[in-house]
Amino acid sequence: MVTKINSINDLNQIKAAYEAELGKYKHQILLCAGAGCISCDCGKVRDAVVAELEKQGLADSVKLIETGCIGTCALGPVVLILPERTFYVQITPEKVPALIESHIAKGEIMEKYTFQDKLTGEFIPCIDDIPFFKEQVRIALRNCGAIEYASLEAYIANGGYYAAEKALTSMSAKDVVDEVKASGLRGRGGGGFPTGVKWEAGYNAKGDRKFIVCNADEGDPGAFMDRSVIEGDPHNLIEGMILGGYAIGATKGYVYIRAEYPIAVDRLDVAIAQAREAGLLGGKLFGTDFEFDLEIRIGAGAFVCGEETSLMASIEGQRGEPRQKPPFPFQSGLFGCPTIINNVETFANIPAIIKDTAAEFAKVGTEKAKGTKVFALAGDIVNSGIIEVPIGTPMRRIIFDIGGGMIGGREFKAAQVGGPSGGCITKENLDVPMEYDALIALGAMMGSGGLIAMNDETCMVDTARFFMDFIQDESCGKCAACRIGTKRMLEMLIRLTKGKGEPGDVERLLELGQVVKDTAMCGLGQTAPNPIISTISNFRDEYDAHIEDHRCPAGVCRALTVFEIDPQSCLGCTLCAINCPVNAISGERKSPHYIDPALCIGCGVCRDNCRPNAIHPTKREVL
Amino acid sequence: MNIKLTINGIPCEAPQGSTILQAAKLNGIHIPTLCYLEGIHKFGTCRICVVEVEGARNLQASCMVEAKDGMVIHTNSKRVRDARKVMYQLIVSDHNQDCLACDRNQDCELQALGRELGVTDNPYYGEKNENGIDISESVTRDMTKCILCRRCVSVCNNIQGVGVLNAENRGFSTIIAPAANQPLGASDCAFCGQCTVVCPVGALKETSHQERVWAALNDPNKYVIVQPAPAVRVGIGECFGLEPGTSQTGRLVTALRRLGFDDVFDTNWAADLTIMEEGTEFLQRVKAAVTGGKAVLPMATSCSPGWVKFIENNFPDQLGHLSSCKSPHMMMGAVLKSYYAKKIGKKPEDIYVVSIMPCTAKKTEIARPEMYNDGVPNVDAVLTVRELGDMVKSAGIDFLALPEGEFDSPLGMSTGAADIFGLTGGVMEAALRTVYEIITGRELPWPDLHVPPIVGLEQIKEATIKLEDVKPEWKILEGFEVNIAVTSGLEGARIIMDQVKAGTCKYHFFEVMGCPGGCITGGGQPRPKDIFEARKKRMEALYAEDEGKALRKSHENPALIEFYKEWGEPCGHNSHEYLHTHYVPRGKYNDLTEETFVVK
Repeated sequence: MVTKINSINDLNQIKAAYEAELGKYKHQILLCAGAGCISCDCGKVRDAVVAELEKQGLADSVKLIETGCIGTCALGPVVLILPERTFYVQITPEKVPALIESHIAKGEIMEKYTFQDKLTGEFIPCIDDIPFFKEQVRIALRNCGAIEYASLEAYIANGGYYAAEKALTSMSAKDVVDEVKASGLRGRGGGGFPTGVKWEAGYNAKGDRKFIVCNADEGDPGAFMDRSVIEGDPHNLIEGMILGGYAIGATKGYVYIRAEYPIAVDRLDVAIAQAREAGLLGGKLFGTDFEFDLEIRIGAGAFVCGEETSLMASIEGQRGEPRQKPPFPFQSGLFGCPTIINNVETFANIPAIIKDTAAEFAKVGTEKAKGTKVFALAGDIVNSGIIEVPIGTPMRRIIFDIGGGMIGGREFKAAQVGGPSGGCITKENLDVPMEYDALIALGAMMGSGGLIAMNDETCMVDTARFFMDFIQDESCGKCAACRIGTKRMLEMLIRLTKGKGEPGDVERLLELGQVVKDTAMCGLGQTAPNPIISTISNFRDEYDAHIEDHRCPAGVCRALTVFEIDPQSCLGCTLCAINCPVNAISGERKSPHYIDPALCIGCGVCRDNCRPNAIHPTKREVL
Repeated sequence: MNIKLTINGIPCEAPQGSTILQAAKLNGIHIPTLCYLEGIHKFGTCRICVVEVEGARNLQASCMVEAKDGMVIHTNSKRVRDARKVMYQLIVSDHNQDCLACDRNQDCELQALGRELGVTDNPYYGEKNENGIDISESVTRDMTKCILCRRCVSVCNNIQGVGVLNAENRGFSTIIAPAANQPLGASDCAFCGQCTVVCPVGALKETSHQERVWAALNDPNKYVIVQPAPAVRVGIGECFGLEPGTSQTGRLVTALRRLGFDDVFDTNWAADLTIMEEGTEFLQRVKAAVTGGKAVLPMATSCSPGWVKFIENNFPDQLGHLSSCKSPHMMMGAVLKSYYAKKIGKKPEDIYVVSIMPCTAKKTEIARPEMYNDGVPNVDAVLTVRELGDMVKSAGIDFLALPEGEFDSPLGMSTGAADIFGLTGGVMEAALRTVYEIITGRELPWPDLHVPPIVGLEQIKEATIKLEDVKPEWKILEGFEVNIAVTSGLEGARIIMDQVKAGTCKYHFFEVMGCPGGCITGGGQPRPKDIFEARKKRMEALYAEDEGKALRKSHENPALIEFYKEWGEPCGHNSHEYLHTHYVPRGKYNDLTEETFVVK
């Protein structure tokens, strides 16, 4: 259907045709086919919708569109019906017939299937009224969840490839660099380096060959921002990379994507093929002399390959290990050529900047950091999922308004920001603007956008252990600082959580952490101690409790914890006794129960099942 | 152009492009290092050489980072000292600390570094990366001692182009091993042993033959004969603190005799023998080629068992190019247990032959089934120069106080041509001295019997020699231009063999020595502070040995002439049975053979 696209007229024609096609339908059903919804079987929902529309004779009036991630991953499968913009959540194939009959056939919104505010119990049918969406500003994710991810025409109809056409036909490479510089965009992968400045270095670098590389090796625990962009709007990434290639003078780009993202790989693969077929990749673009093509390279599962020099080594077919910087990639990168590497979200912002101007982009954000940031909300938070907010949005608003607060109304204790390289933000600092420098000042970092909220049942020593476990497992093993330093830090933390800590361990952790930060070869090692340093500086008392009292205040470290029942609050319901895996709980029905500390393994299953909240952790007296 | 920088408050200058480490050294400032090895390994793994560069957020590895104009550097600040100490402690915490039972005790770069850094305690402890011990005929890998500096990886991949040792697994589980952690003896390892020279600790070393040699020396029923290779005489002195390139032939002989060997012969004699055999073989091949017969050319030398293993693994279909000659010490062993055994009235099984070699591959070579005659191995044990040094010390022999001795006759007699077997270009030059004279009746057309184009340490050297005014019996070779090449280090060998395999090779005869520079820096030589300087000095010393000899052409060796009178002619019946061999196609990952060199 698509012929070669050579001009703005071609884009306009495709846009008009697609809009006309959509105009034929009375309704559009947008079905989220993001990874979260796929994992809760949205495919079966789609099949049910198709079958039901056929059955009820509505197929001609309804356009079913599979989109990328809409954002509310905890509520999948989700469906958005246009033009009413009604947002249905947790749809199952069984719910589909009634939903179609009510909403489509009769025009009646089925409120009980719509989004429900957990605090008020109120149903909020229209997506635009839901706080989760209302507070967001979407630039990188503007098409994500809003258009058919697999359609080049849909992307064009939503303004896609207009930026590429504009840049290639009316801007010089230097103009593009200057525009990106003027936008104030900073790298979204973690470091926050100004993208325009990086591109300028790439533009100025001398070399017969240059490369533009997209880092899609997103690996932080609890992070799925880049994945959502690629799965939901692959052409946006392609267009961003075309613009980057044009700006720095690269004719070849690589997208380095982790093997654990097969859906993203497939969808990007399809999009690249579509773009090639339409003449938007693989030759001279828009009737100009600028040639560009893209290739996907799949990572082999090493976290460190998200570090740019390791990533390049991996693309070259070498073991994924960092190289000393300098030389920086813009001086000598992939195959020894000048190379610019940006992350997915960074590229996803570029088309908007070029199309709508830098000035427009810079209206959002703070003085020193413009635009928006995508965050992946995870942990003990009600609305886990993907969001995009203006940079500088206070964390409190993200967690409590957009995120819907803590699950079960528990108390917020801290949020890990920036993944395993980041740090924790405590409740005292909940009003911190989510912005590069403010987060660094608190010992955390923006990172790529992972945000894990933790409640008061979280042990911070154990949290540090968790991240150190991850990092030491992902250390590449090249430099001794990271290879041995992370292992020794992990071992010390494990000893602490087992009550085997010794006085001076905290000081040793800090000393070792400082040296690893100071001496490690690459960013992974240099930031590896951050969770330890951050939790020690914010929760020193918890560390001391583990070492001096052999006590885990949060009741998480099993070796230090037994649970006890407050006889005043216990209703004698027996639920705890029934669920106890080691039969440590005894008591008559309707009378207070008792946990035998000698038998208790500290698993906390009793607490999780106690309705009157009568069970609390306490110190295990005999280790 | 020089840059100006400040190190520890001292104004310094250094050539542009220097690393901080090099700049500091030039200005008399020492920065401790561990993994770095000038000219060989620059990888930044150990982080010991970190320094503080003003304006940089982190400490910088001085071996990796280029010194820039205006840099202000502190190499000895508290921050730097603390970091180095912790890094050292971390490395030691993952190291087998059984130092008293380690053969690198007091010869260990890690130990020396601890002393230098003033580390006296270690608060860090925990799990160790225990990957056990892997013993091949030539090289023993004790991975409990490996500190993952990766010098061996650089040498194996970048210098030798063999690529057997590499990092495997990730993070704390990282090990250095052949592919899939197979035993070294089952891998494509050429056993050149260059890794054992650069290993800073006791992780890579030759598989010891000291115990079996002591046992033979103490066995009254064994007649124990020793033979040192040419390059041993210019290396052994370094075991006793002498500068590289100090020839110690006389003391070497005395030391061997005092260790209790019954005869002290010289592999040099067999080097002269090799020239007679190999020269004859080459002439036979050329003659056949010129007269339209079947002959495989180019012919390659076969003295270096590392090279032989390399070609068997990498070019198993090209083995016909190798000369069928055994290496000199194997020829010596074969002669000792046949010809000489008869002379002294001993049975071959009662003779025990020990070779002192600058080489680790020779240890594998003696284990090859092809290297047996009359049911006994030609050679029973191979000691590296380092091992001999240890044995001499262990025997309480004050090497430097020894009087000079003379090799026993008749198999201790040799010419200068044999001395230069120990360096790159030497075998070829020795062969040409004889072959050219056989054909033309004249000495080589260059001064002092050398062949200048093949002297030196370049990777590949070539020359063309035109045969003119030949003797009547060689008139078929009148005007023939012999193209020769010489390479050392297996990377060079691969370059030539790729041409051979492609059919584009223009050479008729080429020499390969498995180690860069030849046996002077073989895998069994003492570990020098500066390997490039040592290579140069040892080379000069061997040329001096050659030039100091009265006889410098193998065919003029009187002991050899006497020998052939009884033995028969070169490449004759006896030679074929005892002095020549065949090769085993092994293929990549030894796919073509079941044979391994793993020691159980």
